[in-house]
Amino acid sequence: MFKILKYSFYDLIRSRWSYVYFLFYLLLGFVLLFLNNDVSKAVITLMNIIIILVPLIGTIFGVMYFYNSKEFTELLLAQPIKRSSIFLGQYLGVAGSLSLSLVLGLGIPFVLYGIFKSDAIFDFSLLLVTGAFLTMIFTALSFNISISNENKIKGFGYAVLLWLFMAVIYDGLFLMSLIVFKEYPLDSFSLVATMFNPIDLSRTLILLKLDISALLGYTGAVFKQFFGTNTGLFVSLGTLLLWTVLPIWRLTRISKKKDF
Amino acid sequence: MIKIENLHKKFGKNVVLSGLDLEIKNGGIFAILGPNGSGKTTLIKSILGMVVPNSGQIYLNGATIKNGWKYRKQIDYLPQIANFPGNLKVKELIRMIKDLRQMPSNEEELITQFKLEPFLDKKLSTLSGGTKQKVNIVLSFMFESPLLILDEPTTGLDPAALINLKKLIMQEKEKGKTILITSHIMQFVAEIADEIVYLLEGKIYFKGSIEELMTKTQQTDLEHAIAAIATTPTHV
Amino acid sequence: MKLVSLFILILSLFQGVSQEPKRVTVCETCELKSISEAIEIAADHDTIVVKKGTYKEFNILVDKPLTIIGENYPVIDGEDKGEIIRIVSDNVTIDGLFIINVGTSYTSDYAAIRVVKSEHFVIQNVVLEKLFFGIYLEKSNYGKVYHNKIIGDAVDEYNSGNGIQLWYSKHVEVEKNIVQHVRDGIYLEFSDDITIKENTSTDNLRYGLHFMFSNNDVYLNNVFENNGAGVAVMFSKRIKMIGNTFRKNWGTAAFGMLLKEINDAEISGNTFEENTIGINIEGSNRIAYKNNNFIKNGWAIKVLGACYTNTFSQNNFLYNSFDISYNSKLNDNVFDQNYWSDYTGYDLDKNGIGDVPYRPVKLFSYIVNKTPETIVLLRSLFMDIIDFSEKVSPVFTPDDLLDANPLMKKVL
Repeated sequence: MFKILKYSFYDLIRSRWSYVYFLFYLLLGFVLLFLNNDVSKAVITLMNIIIILVPLIGTIFGVMYFYNSKEFTELLLAQPIKRSSIFLGQYLGVAGSLSLSLVLGLGIPFVLYGIFKSDAIFDFSLLLVTGAFLTMIFTALSFNISISNENKIKGFGYAVLLWLFMAVIYDGLFLMSLIVFKEYPLDSFSLVATMFNPIDLSRTLILLKLDISALLGYTGAVFKQFFGTNTGLFVSLGTLLLWTVLPIWRLTRISKKKDF
Repeated sequence: MIKIENLHKKFGKNVVLSGLDLEIKNGGIFAILGPNGSGKTTLIKSILGMVVPNSGQIYLNGATIKNGWKYRKQIDYLPQIANFPGNLKVKELIRMIKDLRQMPSNEEELITQFKLEPFLDKKLSTLSGGTKQKVNIVLSFMFESPLLILDEPTTGLDPAALINLKKLIMQEKEKGKTILITSHIMQFVAEIADEIVYLLEGKIYFKGSIEELMTKTQQTDLEHAIAAIATTPTHV
Repeated sequence: MKLVSLFILILSLFQGVSQEPKRVTVCETCELKSISEAIEIAADHDTIVVKKGTYKEFNILVDKPLTIIGENYPVIDGEDKGEIIRIVSDNVTIDGLFIINVGTSYTSDYAAIRVVKSEHFVIQNVVLEKLFFGIYLEKSNYGKVYHNKIIGDAVDEYNSGNGIQLWYSKHVEVEKNIVQHVRDGIYLEFSDDITIKENTSTDNLRYGLHFMFSNNDVYLNNVFENNGAGVAVMFSKRIKMIGNTFRKNWGTAAFGMLLKEINDAEISGNTFEENTIGINIEGSNRIAYKNNNFIKNGWAIKVLGACYTNTFSQNNFLYNSFDISYNSKLNDNVFDQNYWSDYTGYDLDKNGIGDVPYRPVKLFSYIVNKTPETIVLLRSLFMDIIDFSEKVSPVFTPDDLLDANPLMKKVL
């Protein structure tokens, strides 16, 4: 698996898109910090970008890489290598290089700006951690989609749809159900609904840092327990991990049964 | 060497292999023939484990290949379509495959033989179809595995390369290897094959030497014999 | 006027001649072993010096103008029996005592130091611990409560008292006190012309500072942090609140400051940081908010009910989850030339003022008011989209509520 990871990683590191992605974040980091000169504002803007853009890039990149490396995959399949290793290796290659682009692209400007001396360091590292998680999750989901769909166009469509659903539509439905059922106690429901969408989950994780003042304004005991203590942080991180592991597990399972 | 029992494979509703039985002994060149869609590639891919059969068993040297992957160390495979990761250079691809297989190899000899030296530092995406096929050949012939599976090895080759390929195949045979070949070029098959395996409707329709085939179909050349075989009522 | 001062001078000279103020010493091994005894034998304007030691006393009645000074913080232990010092005379100074164990009662408000109907008192450098009420001023004017430290251990509101309480008292200065862990840090009721300056009131059960029916008061440069509900200013007129800091008041009904029925106040130079609600405003009119900083609050300003002709200018709104929240569509308040960190407009003519107005009320804050659970959707793309559409054509939020001249740079 590590050999495949190595080759996928090298392959991606040398591809134009990784550079574009990396440079985009680098530029973004510099613009946000050095034009604005305001770490708090930069962190908020970054949050918006991370919870929307990172899943999108992860999804599209994942699907693209999967379909584009079909030949590579077939070449490997005839070699004495375990199937799951091939896909895991490729997955980790993509997710790893994307995460690296993100962490380095944003990390470098922030370090140069002096984030280590700022008290925003925790917010910032949390951002990077959730960003990395989202990359892992959405790349895994996109690999799942592409391994289940021979048709490239279809796979691509599903992947974009998945992103759109998670990023926008889900929250719309969520909001509507909250408003429709507002007569009922909804705090448990709303927390559970958050858990079922990795984007919402990451957002919640960041809210815990950025907007704790507002979150504590709500009366529900479950909310208080969740947001007021470390429960929220641990539960969210745990669920994010689950969100990462489950698609990977399904990927290896499907990869064992698939014909090429 | 290879024993296949009652192999079934469907792709959706499309039945490709239906109860295929086949035994291939050690050593010699076996040509797997059959009309388009008869299941040649599916059979080969089943042996390689790239296609997972619905039912049936495949044994390689007496051991089942199901869920295994280490047995592929005994197989060298030349895929039908030579598509490679375009970002890699030829040299890197060869190095990578060597790295993955961790076996002794003789790629230099093959590279000279197919005059690939000028392309070693080129990216695979820039190569022509024929050159890619040469690289493909180098990759599949550079190891010394007892079983060699060649899926349409002649595609895109110029005459000189074709002669080289034939020479190579014969050399490997001399070493006592078992070689499975699919091809549409009957002349090529006639020249090198020891035995013909003819696939039709997902089953083995005929298996035997070229001579046997000719006597059975009462034809004088392979091409006609193959064309006639489907209409011959008797089969093995 | 001159005549009066001359008269006072003569009077004091006369007093000086007739009776030299003397020092009365109290200590554990002295002749006088209790403060009560010392007060009894002391003459008016004497100084009682209490040496270091522990004095188990309560119901100490100070009924003549005296100065009681503790040396090295003598401990006066009330043993939870009731009130400890009661001042019923003018011109009393209490300085440097360490008072503990004030009795708790459900029927009377026992205090560590109570001043009743007296004037010109000074209470300073006193440390109070394990108390019920701390310093209680009752109908007492022209006094000073200076540099005291009040550390309570209040757990429940119903059996705890306030740190410094003023009731029908006027012209009092409350300065540089530290009040912690009591019910209300500083409480004012029917007390006018009070100056509350540079106090630190933290970790109190209910309010750091609580005003009721008190007019013409000034409070400046105080720090209020992590109080149960923040600071409440209610039913009062012409209050000046300047340079205070309100921090970390978190919770369901917590705010930096609650304004209820407050008219004609001036609120400037304050900092509201990390509160669930920065300022909660109910039925308050003609208030000028200027040069305040609202930083990382849940809601910087929440406006409930009728609030008219308030002006908000030159304030910084920085990284609040919501800048302004309204519960009605009506707006009669003016927002002008504030800095909003959420502002995304531009300044083409480079005059430091954004060319596009800023709308501080988001549709989402309206939704959260109606369905509080929706707060979990804060900062989601979906919310941004509907906020944007509301911004383009306001339907649910007051359409005239905008800052037409948003600043491009922070107000310093």
